[in-house]
Amino acid sequence: MPEIKVESHPIDSVFRTERLPHIFCPGCGIGPATHAYAQAILESGIPKDQHACVSGIGCTARVPGYMDVDSYHTTHGRSIPFAMAIALVKPEMEVTVFSGDGDLFGIGGNHFIHAARRNIDINVICINNFNYGMTGGQLGPTTPLGAKASTAPYGNTEPPFNLPYLAAATGAVFVARWTSLHVRQLKEAILRAMEKKGFTFIEVLAPCPVGFGSPNDIGDAIEEVWLYRERCIVDHNAYLPDLELDLRRKDIPFVMGNFVDIERPPFDPLAMMKNQGE
Amino acid sequence: MSPEERVLTGSHFLLGDYACAEGAMAAGCDLFAGYPITPSTETAERLSARLPAVGAIFVQMEDEMASVAALVGGSLAGARTMSATSGPGFSLMMENIGMAAMMEAPCVIVNIQRGAPSTGLPTLVGQADMMQAKWGSHGDYEIIAYSPSSPQECFDYVIKAFNMSDRWRVPVFVMADELIGHMTERVVIPPADQIPRVERKRPRHKPGDPSFLPFLAEDEDLVPPIVHAGEGYRVNYDSLTHDEKGYPATFPEPHDKLVRRLVNKIRLHADQIIEYEEIFLDDADLAVIAYGSTARSARRAVNEARRDGIRVGLLRLICVWPFPENKVRELSNQVKAFVVPELNLGQISREVERFTSLPVIGVNHAGGVMMAPDPILDTIREVAKNA
Amino acid sequence: MVTLQTRQPLDVKKISIPRGQLYIIPERCKGCKFCIDFCPLDVLEETSAINAKGYHYPVVAEGKEEACIACQFCSVICPDFAIYVEEITE
Repeated sequence: MPEIKVESHPIDSVFRTERLPHIFCPGCGIGPATHAYAQAILESGIPKDQHACVSGIGCTARVPGYMDVDSYHTTHGRSIPFAMAIALVKPEMEVTVFSGDGDLFGIGGNHFIHAARRNIDINVICINNFNYGMTGGQLGPTTPLGAKASTAPYGNTEPPFNLPYLAAATGAVFVARWTSLHVRQLKEAILRAMEKKGFTFIEVLAPCPVGFGSPNDIGDAIEEVWLYRERCIVDHNAYLPDLELDLRRKDIPFVMGNFVDIERPPFDPLAMMKNQGE
Repeated sequence: MSPEERVLTGSHFLLGDYACAEGAMAAGCDLFAGYPITPSTETAERLSARLPAVGAIFVQMEDEMASVAALVGGSLAGARTMSATSGPGFSLMMENIGMAAMMEAPCVIVNIQRGAPSTGLPTLVGQADMMQAKWGSHGDYEIIAYSPSSPQECFDYVIKAFNMSDRWRVPVFVMADELIGHMTERVVIPPADQIPRVERKRPRHKPGDPSFLPFLAEDEDLVPPIVHAGEGYRVNYDSLTHDEKGYPATFPEPHDKLVRRLVNKIRLHADQIIEYEEIFLDDADLAVIAYGSTARSARRAVNEARRDGIRVGLLRLICVWPFPENKVRELSNQVKAFVVPELNLGQISREVERFTSLPVIGVNHAGGVMMAPDPILDTIREVAKNA
Repeated sequence: MVTLQTRQPLDVKKISIPRGQLYIIPERCKGCKFCIDFCPLDVLEETSAINAKGYHYPVVAEGKEEACIACQFCSVICPDFAIYVEEITE
């Protein structure tokens, strides 16, 4: 049978369809990751009314505005404490932060580590496209060493963060890394994160053909995604300190997986009250 | 009286900082998120004990940006939220105060002012954040700011701050200072059923009604009804400029429309918000305008001057923003000059100058010590002689 | 690689391979070609037609009308929610 042209998609129930198509570039990795998140919302067993999606500023941060849930597009880097307060005031809600690498780990770095330390009950999905995309491709805390960016015309001189290692070290109870290509595993990871109580973190490597691909001689989004196809391996038991991503070293794979899945008591400001004698 | 009671009814001898905390408890504060900073720390410390005892939330955040982010998030989830800080923290909070103004999220911030600028004089009084309260974040927006002159007023005006914040959906500041914050004085707390409480405006539309426009202000007061997380409205709250649906609308027309409404909410209704106290102003031909701890010294100076036969009066500002410009205009028809004592180098005096062509003489000190009545009295005498 | 012609599972006649019906929303497509490139059976190709934004959206390639096995990969990988597959059940 040839294709049938239609005007709506089964996933539309989770979206504010009057705002589609979204603003992301052709081939942008945010799209597939959002699709995985939307699918997870549908399969989570939690009604849309009880989901909240919070972001900071950036391309990825535009995502909550497209989703048909209580959505909050806050200030740059501040999505995590904002989300924490929603989770504390409305503990029955499933609160997810959906934001980018620069927003969460540049300006927002301090909030990330404290939230992980406290083990606040939110999910953090970080779309890592290795640059500050919205503002034109500047270098960020995850830009690989030597990569070009608009503020690193000679190549980045700063080693990037190893995000899964950072998240695990600061106390996240669930840490995973997937890509915009591994959407099925990503969806499963998001579902697991939603199920878990405590601070969960999922890094999603995403192509950014305009902001990152172009200055780094990656022809288009397909070429960047084929990079993932060729170099990704899955190892749930990987040694976290070795999870650095180095674009230039073809002998070093990109390691994906669900690396950490542990139990820690989630943050409860009233935890000590229960210990007081009546 | 059991510690689980929110309202500490009775007559107490309370530190100003503690009175702020008790005001928050009586007002029904559900969430306090703050960072320790002299001289406001006592407010946080008191609430760290009082809030959990009633099952409410106290969190010490990692910094002041996180604190106000939490205030806005908690407020939009339905809670009454508050923080307490001083100058350096207030500066850090400015970014998300802008977000609170843009998202029209009610929240209360107590600023126990100290010597400034920068780290300044951490343990000693100042009044140098007054302009910052109005203009501290970037852009055009309006806030409400109270200036208590006693621990009793700290209690009363924290409660009023919560009510006005919920009423007008703007951040409200209680601009105390270290003198008031660290002063111990009598505070009378009424029974719980006498504590006034104003509730937020709620929508007429049911959740899921596609015709609901969350940022359409249909009423004369220009305040839209608020919806909270988890109520089924599934609204987008955006720090970007937005349209009436709440979606980003980064274009000139909706932007101008939105910012004008945010500002007119307060500007066109200032008469419902402004508060001041008039002492001996009826027959005055010289007016002193003062606020906060300085107003106490100004009152003494005015009393002394009256004994000398000088026809001076005091306009004590209780609500500093919105500024009582009409009262200043009115007084300009009556008096010959204004004297504005402040523990800064001229901030509210500039506001007075805007609304009068009469001489405005400042009595200024950068802070670190209570302004005594003497310099104010000397200035009154000087001005009265030359007027 | 061993093909189906030389080695066949014993129950090959009992197991039926799923077949899929493709649905496209041309106006959402941004021409990224993820679906075309990653389809395991090369069912899709770019049409010469364009949508309102000037992008060439995917269509079923000639001769591939029965090839789709409803693996759903195009559905889940499309960044713009512009394509999906429904399994044809008879």
